[in-house]
Formats: sequence, structure tokens, C-alpha cells
Amino acid sequence: MRVGKGDRALGKHRLTRSELADPALEPEGDPREGDSSPDSAANRYPAYGFSRRRFLAYAVAAPVLTVVVTAVDDIVGPRSRPAAASPGVSGVFDLSDALTLAALPTAYLLKIVVTADDRVIVHVPRAEVGQGITTAMAVIAAEELDARLESVDAVLDDARPELLWNQLTGGSNSVHSLYTPMRTVAAATRARLVTAAAQRFGVAATTLTTRDSTVVARDGRTATYGSLSAAAARVTVPAVPGTPKDPSQFTRIGQPTTRLDARDIVTGKAMYALDLPNLAVPTVVARAPTIGGTVLAVDDSAARGMPGVLGIARISSGVAVAATTFDQAQAARDALRITWNPGPNANLSDAQIRAKLKAAAPPFVVPPLGSLSVSREFDFSFAPHAPLEVLTCVADVRRDSAEIWYGAKSPIVAAQQIAAVVGLPSDKVTLHVVRAGGSFGHRLFFDPAIEAAQVSKALGRPVKLMWTRNDDMRHGRMRPASHHKVRATYLLGKVLTYEHRHATLPVDFSHGLGEALSAAGFDVLSPGVTQTVFALTQNVPYNFGVATQTLTDVPLAFPTGSWRSIYSGQTATVNEVMVDEIARALNTDPVAFRGRSLSSARTRAVLDQVTTAGRWGRTMPPGTAQGVAIHEEYKSVVAYLVEIDCRDRTAPRVTKGVCAVDVGRAVNPRGLEAQMQGVLTDGLSMTLHAGLHIDNGAVREGSYSDYRFARMADSPVDISVIVMPPTGDPGGAGELGFPAAAAAVANAYARATGTTPFSFPILG
Amino acid sequence: MPTFTFMLNGATASVTTAPDEPLLWVLRDVLGVTGPKYGCGVGVCKACTSHLDGAAFNPCITPVSECAGRAVTTIEGLANGATLHPVQQAWIDEDVAQCGFCQPGQIMAAAALLAANPNPTDAEIDAIDNVCRCGTYFRIRRAIHRAAG
Ligand code: FES
Ligand code: FES
Repeated sequence: MRVGKGDRALGKHRLTRSELADPALEPEGDPREGDSSPDSAANRYPAYGFSRRRFLAYAVAAPVLTVVVTAVDDIVGPRSRPAAASPGVSGVFDLSDALTLAALPTAYLLKIVVTADDRVIVHVPRAEVGQGITTAMAVIAAEELDARLESVDAVLDDARPELLWNQLTGGSNSVHSLYTPMRTVAAATRARLVTAAAQRFGVAATTLTTRDSTVVARDGRTATYGSLSAAAARVTVPAVPGTPKDPSQFTRIGQPTTRLDARDIVTGKAMYALDLPNLAVPTVVARAPTIGGTVLAVDDSAARGMPGVLGIARISSGVAVAATTFDQAQAARDALRITWNPGPNANLSDAQIRAKLKAAAPPFVVPPLGSLSVSREFDFSFAPHAPLEVLTCVADVRRDSAEIWYGAKSPIVAAQQIAAVVGLPSDKVTLHVVRAGGSFGHRLFFDPAIEAAQVSKALGRPVKLMWTRNDDMRHGRMRPASHHKVRATYLLGKVLTYEHRHATLPVDFSHGLGEALSAAGFDVLSPGVTQTVFALTQNVPYNFGVATQTLTDVPLAFPTGSWRSIYSGQTATVNEVMVDEIARALNTDPVAFRGRSLSSARTRAVLDQVTTAGRWGRTMPPGTAQGVAIHEEYKSVVAYLVEIDCRDRTAPRVTKGVCAVDVGRAVNPRGLEAQMQGVLTDGLSMTLHAGLHIDNGAVREGSYSDYRFARMADSPVDISVIVMPPTGDPGGAGELGFPAAAAAVANAYARATGTTPFSFPILG
Repeated sequence: MPTFTFMLNGATASVTTAPDEPLLWVLRDVLGVTGPKYGCGVGVCKACTSHLDGAAFNPCITPVSECAGRAVTTIEGLANGATLHPVQQAWIDEDVAQCGFCQPGQIMAAAALLAANPNPTDAEIDAIDNVCRCGTYFRIRRAIHRAAG
């Protein structure tokens, strides 16, 4: 057993990228049959400080081969409590590390089952909301197993409380955190299959090879994995090491792969919560006209007699109506006569909120003597997540147990809170994680699951509860509005100081992220979880002298939630617009200025790629222009170059996008490209035309007709994505592109129109 | 309540329901046909897009009474048995879907477009107004061109 090199406690030493990317792999250490005790690893995990983590894979007692992997940490050196994260730390130790760290000390992380009919079932403790996590996990498993990809099924785990903090899908962390464990468990599975084949053939295991879900002997005999599964389940000590491949041997990882569920999706077979066959009855909720409004009195006499109505129940958020069809439920909901108490913000509209945010941003420090400065202020509207599948949940709450189906990204916390709300012990609530139609942060929360459980309990029957699109727009969680004050001082063409004051409403992280960060050793209590997340995610990637970024929370009672890329969607977007503003003040080309000011060679490399491929500086007609921006986060870097046509100022159109992305290693470049293309749609929407308005404590927009998320006609006909060659292990990708895409569009707009945008969305 | 009979994916379907019940909920809640998705209920997002006598329409704003005696095709009825419709195949070949929720509607819209206009220009494709919140428009466009092939 290898031991750690020394104390790597957070805060004592900054962890470097290479240290973190180099977990010791001893996958077959101490294979104890049947030892899958959920607590064994957790108990050994210290509250703070660790030195060396290893992933152990072992078979559990089962009729067919079932292998799990768990993480253990060998402790050397003193335990020490990490200091609260300080601004600027994120270039070294960031949110990805914190979540990975939180995810390590749990019960078995992943499970692979090889069935007798030759299927490989991979259990994934994450949600699938469109980012392709399940396909990526299947690719990794197929790689290390030498299995046919078509025979691999990735299934989503139910809520597993023993996983503690390792069942949170967020922070673009899934592939990053599960890459090594998945390789470990798959390689260990292969070792057992090979050992079983060696016993059957009577040859040395080291003489066998594997391909296409088959073990092949030198004399040509073969055995399928399915045929070996039962025997492999009885292998106690594998005869070949279950060591993951050297990346130079990869044949699957890094190959463009089509989503495994592509056929199910295009034939309509893919099932989301409301599509599940069951007896649950359609249910909707009457909600207050203002955010946070409550029921004062309800007269349901007319509604009760409406066709199809099966039940009416008052719940914390309003009045729920169940009926035979959703149309009948909505009609009866509209027939309720409800007197509402206004919500807490009933006299707040956008102008007042903006003024409060602006007033809250603290002043800048004194500028260096003799320097010049560029000062700018920016603001962003509220933004909904607006996943295309509205929030939905199926709940069946019985007297002594409950079963919930929800597209949960934080299923453990969801199940615990549901249990508390319906008065059941938490181990009596089973939460099935179902495929979801988009999230963008929204499904970290589980408000509809709480409601569905309340209604099911009240009506004594299973219900399928749906938020209407109006509910989603007007009562859903939002990326909070924000105000930014930014100043750069410079002298002789060099930036001396850079200050960014980000004022916003507190982002609600009560879905378990705070607990995850605590588990990773962060003191989230004294600075507060928002400050911790801000510090872990915000970094000025330029050599800008003394750079400080601060977050000021302005507590207003709106339902908030992190939105694709959390704070970076605003902070980093602003920074990239500022970089163009500084370059303009210095009379420098923005690409040349970035090239000489960026701290990271990886980021300069992706910038070079897009400016070369996108022919930066080419001659373009008046009213059209190019813009660039970069972003670094989640161990990954990205650059975008876009072209925009603003000849009609009322209808600017992004005509082209070039992206270069370096995630360390793309497990599935085809999926990675999809994320980079999609996030450009997000970026152009949020920069140009998609936002919410607050009028007297209520959201004005009610659907996609007035919330102007991009359509085909807004989407560039020409997008190319350059995936940089692998250099290490995979970083995150799902949220990575957003700030760069959004800022590149803003910068292109500024260059095309001669007017820098300071308020987003630009078209109001 | 009256009974309405129509062809659904090649078979006869009869439902007894109020005449103004939107077809989307008849399909989903009464007949258990869940391919057409709800995304707005007001004819805006187009997630429910299906075909009525071969033309694209939105069941969420179409009363069941309007469908009586006509042919309704949902995503489930687009393929010819195990043989996918060329648009479905193009969707797989271009790996269009992310969350997948909008895609039944997108595919039905594209299939209707191609039936009327076998080789649409980019400007004609721009007329498809279906929302894809995951932003897969670029791949949708490519898939339509591929299916037009
Ligand atoms: S649900 Fe039919 S158009 Fe949105
Ligand atoms: S693929 Fe998610 S909404 Fe289109």
C-alpha cells in the first residue's frame, strides 16, 4: 500500500492541479468478498484533512458478477481544518475539487452488474438532464471492460442516503468525479471475467485477451461475458490485475459517440416523470399572483363539481386540484375562488431592486497614484431556468411509506425533506431518479416533489403533479438579478489593479451543496455558503496586478437558485466584457491584449485556436462584427469567437460561432461539442433577449412567447467546435462554456454597434 | 358526453369526452400516448407537435372534436414499424438530442416541413419555431438538411 506524500490538508497547502489529478490507483487492494458495508469507508474518513485517496473495487455476493467501487483515504500527517476559502483560490483549488473531495468518503460509489444475457448494467449516482452523463459513463465502462457499447446500460440510482454528499449532480462535476472510480470498477470487473474464463479454459489468465464483451484464448476459444458472469461472481482473488488501462490504449474514450438513448428519444419511447405508466392522477396547483403569496381563504364549491375532479387539497404553496386529465385539473383550478395574501415583495419592481443592488455594492479602494482607470457598471435581469420539461413529480405516499419519482439532482436531501414533510422516517421514502427534460440548475431543488408528496398524502392516492409553464416562469427559482461595479487601473499599458463588486440576491444552496462543502472541510458557516461558493468559483484569469472580487448578498425574498455556471454567468461574463473595455482604453486589439495578459497557456492556446479558425480581424460589413471571450473553470478552459449581424438593431443575429475547448480529456467529444453548441444558444439568448421582469412582486413573463429564449431563427447556421487533444483527466464541461459564449456575443455586439452593452439582456 | 373517433397512428381510437378537451390531454391522460410533450399548453413551445392529416399541428390547442374522423400521427406513429422515418434516422446520425424533451415535437415539425418542401433552405428552416431549451438548433438544422439529402 502506498502512503501519502505528506499533509495535503486544504488551506495548509494549496493543492496543485497535478496533485489533485493524480489519485493513487490501487483498485484491487484488499478485495474482501461481500464487504460492501456502506459505513466502512465513511467511518474511516476524517472530518478534515486527507492525504491519499484510493478507489477499491470488489465483488459483492450475488448470483451474477456484481462489482462495486468505494473510496478510502489513507491519513498521514495531522488533521487540520481548512481555512475558509479566500478569494483568488479558485485557480488552484476550486469547486470541482471541493465536490470531488466531498464525494470521496462514501459507501460504494458505482456498481457494475454483468447479466447472464450479456448486458453490462452500470449504476450511476447522478441525474441525466441532457448533459450525456449516462452515455459518458457507459463509454468509460465499455473502455475498461472491452465491452460492446451497445450492450452497456447506464441506469440512474435511486436516492441512496449512504452516499452522503456524493449524489449531487451539479458544478459540472459528474464526469470529473466519476471518471476514475468508473474506470476502476470496470477494470476490476474485467479482471474477474478473465479469471473465470481462465478457469474454464484451463489456461493461464495472463494469456487471455478481451474484446467485444468476449474473452478470447490463444487457441481461439471464446467465452462471452454473459456466459462467464455466474462463475466470475465466485472469483475471490482475480488472477490478473484489475488495473485501468494506460490512456494510450484507449479505443473508446475520446471517440465521438452518439448518445445511447438517441433511438428512444427519436421514437418517443424515452420516459420522463409524467410519462411513466402508473395510476397517479393529474394534479396542478393554484398559486398566488405574486411570488410568495399565501392563501387567505378558499372557496372550492364551484371547483368541486367540475368534470373529472378527484380531489382538492390545500398545501403550503397554494391549493392543489387533482382530476382525470390535466385539462380538467386546470379548469377546476381556475374555478377556485381564492383570496390571497400578497407575497413579501408586493411593492418591489425591477427599478427598486436594481437600486437596492446598486446601493449595496461596496466602494472601490483608493487607486494607485498617477494611474488611469476604466470604471464600468453592469446589471443583469432575473432569469428563469425554464427547462422545456416543466417541473413534474409523481408521488405515492402511503400510511407507512412513500415512493417518489422525480428528476432529482439532489435526491438524498429531497427524500429527507419529503419524509419530514409527510411525517415518515426518512428510510421509508424511496426516491427514484428519473430522466429529466433539462435542468440548468433548477432540478437541484425539489419544490414540486414536496408538493406532490403533500397532495398524495392529503388525497390518499398517487398523484402526478405538474407545474404549468406559467407556474414555472412565475414561481420557479431564478438566477437572481445582479449589479456589478468594476474598475481597472492601469499605467503605461499595464493593468495594476482590478476590482469587481458583485451585488446580488443570496443564491439558495440549501439543496445539499453547503453540506457537501462542509464535508470537504470548508467552514461554510462563518463566511456563509454563498461566499464560499463565490470564492471557490471566481478567479480573474489575467495578470491584472492586485485583483479582488467581492460578493454582496442583498437579502430579498425571491426564490433563487444557481443557474448554469452559478456566479460565473454574471461575474465572468462581466469580466470578459471589461477586458474588451480595457483593451479599448489602451487602444489595443482585444485578442492581442488577452494574449499578453492571460495567465494560463492552456487558455491562450484555445484563444489562438478560435482566432485562427475564425479568422479574427477579417474585414466585415458595417453593422457586423466579431467578438471573443474566454473562460476557465471546472479544470477546463474554453474560448469562443462569434460573429454578429446588428444591421437591424432591434433584431441582432449571431451568424457564426467558433469554439475551442480543452477539458483535459473529452470522454465523448461528440457530447462535448453538443454542450458547447447548446451553451452558445444559452449565451446569445441571455445576452441579447432573454430575461424576466418583476412588476410589484410578480414575474411579468408567462411563457416562451414573452420570455424570449432563442429559436431556430436566432441560432447561428455555422458553429464549429475544436476539441483540444487530451492532456490528462477530464474536467467539467456542462456549464463551462456559458460565460465565454455570453461575453463573446456582448463583445461582438459592442464592436458591431459601437455601443458597449452594460445591461443584460440587451433588448430589455 | 359525446364520443369522438379518429385514426391514431394507423389504428382507430374512440374517446368519450367533452368536445373542447384539448387533444394533448386526450392522448396523454386518456389514451396513454405520451410522445407528444407538454411545454406550455398555449401553442407556443411546440413540444406537442404532431400531425393532423399529415400537417403539423399543436394538440395542446386543438379540441378533440376537431380531430374526429381525421388521422392523427404522433411521434410513436412516425416510423414504419422498425424502420425509422428518414428524419428520425437523421436525428440519430447527427446526435441531435440533449435532454430530448423537445425532440418529438422537433422531429414531427421537421417531417411535416420536408413533406411539403423536400429541400428547404436555411431561411425556410428558420420558420420552425419549436423551442429547444438545450439549444440543439444547430444540429437540428443539420439533421433536416441530411434528411432532405
Ligand atoms: S405544449 Fe403545445 S405548443 Fe407548447
Ligand atoms: S433537447 Fe432539451 S429541450 Fe431540446
